[in-house]
Amino acid sequence: MSEVVHQSLPAVEVRHVYAAYDGQAVLEDVHIDLPAGEWTAIIGPNGAGKSTLFRILLGVMKAQRGQVQVLGQEPSAQRRAGVMAYMAQQEAVEWDFPISVRDTVLTGRYGHMRGDAFWRRIVPPRWCDPRHWAVVRQALKAVDMQDYADRPIGALSGGQKKRVLLARALAQEARVLLLDEPLAGVDTASERLIMKVLDGERRSGRTVIMVTHDMDSARRYADKVLLLNRQVVGMGAPERMLVDEMLARTAAAGWVRDHEPLVEAS
Amino acid sequence: MAWFESLGMALIDVLIAGLMLIVGLFPEALSAPFDYAFMQRALLTSILVGAICGLLSCFVVLKRWSLLGDAISHAVLPGVAIAYLLGWPFFIGAFLAGAVSALGIGALERHTRIKSDAAMGLMFTFAFALGVVIIGKIATNTHLMHILFGNVLGVQYPALMLTLFSGVVALVAVWVFYRSLVLYTFDPMQAQALGFNTSVVHYGLILLLTLTIVASLETVGIILVVAMLITPGATAHLLTDRLTTMMLLSVGTGILSAVLGLYLSFLFDVASGGAIVLVATALFAVALLAAPRHGLVGRWWRRRRGAAAMVP
Repeated sequence: MSEVVHQSLPAVEVRHVYAAYDGQAVLEDVHIDLPAGEWTAIIGPNGAGKSTLFRILLGVMKAQRGQVQVLGQEPSAQRRAGVMAYMAQQEAVEWDFPISVRDTVLTGRYGHMRGDAFWRRIVPPRWCDPRHWAVVRQALKAVDMQDYADRPIGALSGGQKKRVLLARALAQEARVLLLDEPLAGVDTASERLIMKVLDGERRSGRTVIMVTHDMDSARRYADKVLLLNRQVVGMGAPERMLVDEMLARTAAAGWVRDHEPLVEAS
Repeated sequence: MAWFESLGMALIDVLIAGLMLIVGLFPEALSAPFDYAFMQRALLTSILVGAICGLLSCFVVLKRWSLLGDAISHAVLPGVAIAYLLGWPFFIGAFLAGAVSALGIGALERHTRIKSDAAMGLMFTFAFALGVVIIGKIATNTHLMHILFGNVLGVQYPALMLTLFSGVVALVAVWVFYRSLVLYTFDPMQAQALGFNTSVVHYGLILLLTLTIVASLETVGIILVVAMLITPGATAHLLTDRLTTMMLLSVGTGILSAVLGLYLSFLFDVASGGAIVLVATALFAVALLAAPRHGLVGRWWRRRRGAAAMVP
């Protein structure tokens, strides 16, 4: 019974959100539920407010108007509670930084380490609780990077970098995964692996929310597609959202609003 | 406070005695300058300053804060001058001025359309000009020269104690807050996403930087401390791909430059601050050429070998 109730609760509730930078509106009256335990792909052109929506979901930016809740709580509280894991775009990370693949994934555990014994928290991270290392090993294995654990991150290829970032997000053991362009600039082998890993996460009950430009993988893997361009253009099954008419509406929605959003009941 | 001072002086005497034991192992020609008490104090100060600057310079280099370090160090000048006017210990004024200017830069960046490099340039030239004007009114040019370029051979116990204290604070802070500092430097967005309070880490790191600059004031001066906050870290970054190794190497090159620079300045009777920075730069040049993975020679060699391997 409780399982059913949990499934019907949305993971993310966005209520009439309005956000702007320097008076320039980026999100206008965005009002949508993202279902829990499902895989949602957010699709929209550059500058459509996808990254802004992510920042609001993570609670690192506040919407000027409207409310957002993640699993029934304020995003910033949920972020501190470790409910969400965030996988950044590749450009956001300093790849020249002198750090190994293994230690990079371990940074995903830094939030959990707040619960460790005091002495563990003030010694260098390599002497952290062994259970963190166990999670790191598992995450590296999941993305097939265990053989690269000692490499400096600067020596990796584009697809490998993405896989390390994904491993770091997995290591957080969060209930909601937020992924910003997980497929940008990766080879097909890495792409297939990343999608397989995310599919496994979804099957084990996690909520996956990804921003992407890749229609093919959205069509193939996502349960729901959210079409976004400053406003919600549509939300529903991929086969009904990723059609020419809806995509044309999405492209135009940055300037005009001549259609009501098409939101399918879940 | 008296017990605190005598404890500090006793600790310094112990450290100097220990250093002299090590110096005694070297041949007479090398160790002779350190028979003077002022050279012994200068040696201890140089080692401490080299170590603190080396540690912090890792963060400065990796966080791309070189210009911010430059800005804070210049902004310290009016603080010193105003403290002198009010009869306060100079380091309190210096510390406050550095912190206020760092906050001012942050506010300009965040709340106006001024970009960060312009905000820094604007603040530090303003503070520096203010300092030059005030000092010109109240003190001699020698004072100004000592603040600008340091006077390590004239270091007395109070300054040495301040340096020692700053060193201990910096070391403990980096040790205890290692995770927050490293994650914030590496990937601030991730630090935020993991629930770290990044503004606290940001200003904490700035305060550490200010403390380091104040501690180095008498040794290399506020102009050349910038070099000690950049060069050791840059040298170490060329030599390794591990952060802890980088910190150790950076501290090592910081100490080596300070000690060697001090010795050479005594030997050739040249300005000690300048000599220290020149040695640091020479070490950087060696690393740039000879570093195993990131050095120019190694790269050239690998490219040549790679090209040779292509030829069937």
